[in-house]
Amino acid sequence: MSNSSKILPQKEVSTCYHCGEDCKEEILQFDGKEFCCTGCQLVYEVLSENDLCDYYTIGENPGVSQKEVSKRDNRFDYLDDMDVIQKLIDFQQGDEIHITFNIPLIHCASCIWLLENLHKIHPGVISGRVDFIKKRVQVKFLKDQISLKELVRMLSKIGYEPLINLADTDKKKVQSMDKKLITKLAVAGFCFGNMMLFSLPEYFSEAELLGTGFKKTFNYLNVLLALPVFFYSATDYYRSAWLSIRNKAVNMDVPIAIGIVTLFTYSLYDIFILGNEGYMDTLGGLLFFLLIGKFYQQKTYDTLSFDRDYKSYFPIAVTRLVRDEEEVIPLAKLNVGDIIRVRNTELIPADSILLDGVALIDYSFVTGEEVPVSRKKGELIYAGGRQKGKAISLAVQKSPSQGYLTDLWNNESFDKENSMGLESLANKISGKFTFTVLFIALLSFAYWAWAGNISLGVLTFTSVLIITCPCALAMSTPFTLGNTLRVFGQGKFYLKNSHVIEKMAKIDTVVFDKTGTLTAPSQAKVQYQGEPLSDESKALIKAMVNQSTHALSNRINTWLDGVKAIKLDEDVEEISGKGLKIIYKSQEIKLGSAEYVNAESGTLPEGGNLVFFAIEDLVLGYFFIQSGLRKGIDQLVTTIKSQKQVHFLSGDQDHERRNLKRIFGDNIQMSFNQGPSDKLHYIKSLNDLGKNTLMVGDGLNDAGALRESKVGIAVTDKVTNFSPASDAIMDAAMLYKLPSFLDFTKTSRKIIKASFGLSFTYNTVGVFFAVQGLVSPVFCAILMPISSISVVLFTTITTNYIAYKRGLKDKIW
Amino acid sequence: MEVIFILIAISLILAGTFLFLFFRAMKGGQFDDNHTPAIRILFENEPKNKDKKVPSTKSK
Repeated sequence: MSNSSKILPQKEVSTCYHCGEDCKEEILQFDGKEFCCTGCQLVYEVLSENDLCDYYTIGENPGVSQKEVSKRDNRFDYLDDMDVIQKLIDFQQGDEIHITFNIPLIHCASCIWLLENLHKIHPGVISGRVDFIKKRVQVKFLKDQISLKELVRMLSKIGYEPLINLADTDKKKVQSMDKKLITKLAVAGFCFGNMMLFSLPEYFSEAELLGTGFKKTFNYLNVLLALPVFFYSATDYYRSAWLSIRNKAVNMDVPIAIGIVTLFTYSLYDIFILGNEGYMDTLGGLLFFLLIGKFYQQKTYDTLSFDRDYKSYFPIAVTRLVRDEEEVIPLAKLNVGDIIRVRNTELIPADSILLDGVALIDYSFVTGEEVPVSRKKGELIYAGGRQKGKAISLAVQKSPSQGYLTDLWNNESFDKENSMGLESLANKISGKFTFTVLFIALLSFAYWAWAGNISLGVLTFTSVLIITCPCALAMSTPFTLGNTLRVFGQGKFYLKNSHVIEKMAKIDTVVFDKTGTLTAPSQAKVQYQGEPLSDESKALIKAMVNQSTHALSNRINTWLDGVKAIKLDEDVEEISGKGLKIIYKSQEIKLGSAEYVNAESGTLPEGGNLVFFAIEDLVLGYFFIQSGLRKGIDQLVTTIKSQKQVHFLSGDQDHERRNLKRIFGDNIQMSFNQGPSDKLHYIKSLNDLGKNTLMVGDGLNDAGALRESKVGIAVTDKVTNFSPASDAIMDAAMLYKLPSFLDFTKTSRKIIKASFGLSFTYNTVGVFFAVQGLVSPVFCAILMPISSISVVLFTTITTNYIAYKRGLKDKIW
Repeated sequence: MEVIFILIAISLILAGTFLFLFFRAMKGGQFDDNHTPAIRILFENEPKNKDKKVPSTKSK
């Protein structure tokens, strides 16, 4: 194969046939097409052998660059382990196995086509089915023809390596609650619709014309249709009401449950004993509207995960060295004292001591800082970092779940379900509401009983309970919050559920993580100090950093934007952890750390990274690179500071304190040198002072603080990327809008209150008639839908209109 | 007028059948993914391949 491909010197920019990227370093020619790397070419070869080149006609350059993909052959060996297989597969019957892979690389129609034609590559595959939104593919295969390991290897060969991590092996039992709710909603809707049909003649007194036989039949059919509503659709309300009463509290569901039960029993009595028409249609409508509200509130984001812990980040397997022999074992079988080998871009799974090799650890997922740190032999390396560079050997010191970072998840705050802490507005009101209603009902019963008309007393008692059944009241919260949730979602601020909104409205203290949250790698500040750079040296530096993937090289590269790189005859030599070297015009040019170029440690600036530029061991100058603040951060902090307390937490040394003070002013509490559990305790102590804390963080090291705070917001540059468990996920570019979001949660509360007022008006009108014993089924059937629908319209329109006015939405709808 | 009794029975059975079909569709996962099928339907069954194969005579 390699005979037919040859490396050509770079002449002009050409793009890779597979991935569409510019071929920068080399161009491989194969089959009349150009490829940027052997990986891409290999994918093409596999596809063309199997007659699957339609992949390239469905979308243009559909592939993903294969440059960074690890080529190690034994990395899937852990998939031979029976325990691991059992935990990963969905279903097995005989030889047929179903398994669902998570493949984040799925991005276009070609991907779908290829993954659904896997059976053309290997006959052992029965079928593949892609879920594009969730980026998953379910593969059915025969295990006697293709093993799981071969299947995964095949996927990786065609450029779609599945993401298999530790969390996959924990039994996933997340059956969506959604489906149950939809079933209940469908039942209620079906029954409600039919009951309305049977009740309609009654409203216009047409039933009389049809004769008593019809009237009775309609009533009995109504009872029949009310049974599934009462015994199935409404069950959630009974359960919730019962739980709340057992906890000696009254939530919104208590008055609802009382209303439902009264409606049902009174209607039975009305139909069977008194021979009247009952209120069964009202009962059906009530449940139907209530469940719609519940459904609307449950906006979920399929592609986002709010509950990730370190397990969804850690690999499922590690390479262990036993007597210099490598073997791949599942992470669960890793013991303290084992020697492991970690290669380029692999993750360090446990706290361990470096035995061999040059360690350059990228902790960007942990701290948000992406410049790798170097570690020397014998030093302890914390789990969670990624090795950059050559393979290293490590001696495991702690088991993966007990490390410096992962120990966070053993903290008690991860055990307890983050209880509300704040009482929701609706629950607060519903207590008073229930007692008031009961009081009025009893009062009217006593009045009529005293007047000597006990049967009218019973009627008014039940009428009051029926008419005040807080349908409109119960719908104002879900619809307002559901709308707010959607508005925030359009602003790339994704909330876990609607409770978060109410909690956010009460926030009085905002805590920011500094690195990665306030600062951003893309906003790096680069300064050059020393002898001025000639155009030639600039072009030379540009050419050097072009060939390096180191984070600092990238920043210098962006700083030299617009400079045209010179062509180099030789390759740049990169010395891990030190710098770059090249011979140019028979001079040795170095770019790297102080030790590397033997720079004198004179008065050097602190608080950033230094990259020295030297020719023939003569230091000409240095680049001073500081992580810059994200756009709009200073304004964000100033705005929030004027209303709330602001705290900064940072894992770094405090050399930036002065700098930050200058930008943000004095009223900010800053704490430096904060480890993962320090941050958690910091939030805890604020909570103990009675503060309502909002934590904004980005890395795994903030996970504890995010969890402990009342509301934790994870900030991420790419929303679908990894983010630690939190209440909300926010696109980093939207961070500057945080004050508007916080303000809007308060507005939502006001809207809820206003719609409470609206539904109280309806209730007052209803009660006015109920105490006089004037409530009829027709009256109920008219008032109930009017009140519900008007409340829904009111909240939906106001929420969206205000959001539009404040610039949180582009269009009103 | 007695025909209404039969009509009621028919209407209930009809509506009930739709409800049942809806449940079956939901259980079968028809509403789980409503994006991919929209793309999938655009793939040709037997994509044309310029260099080989006589186009299949099967009507689509």
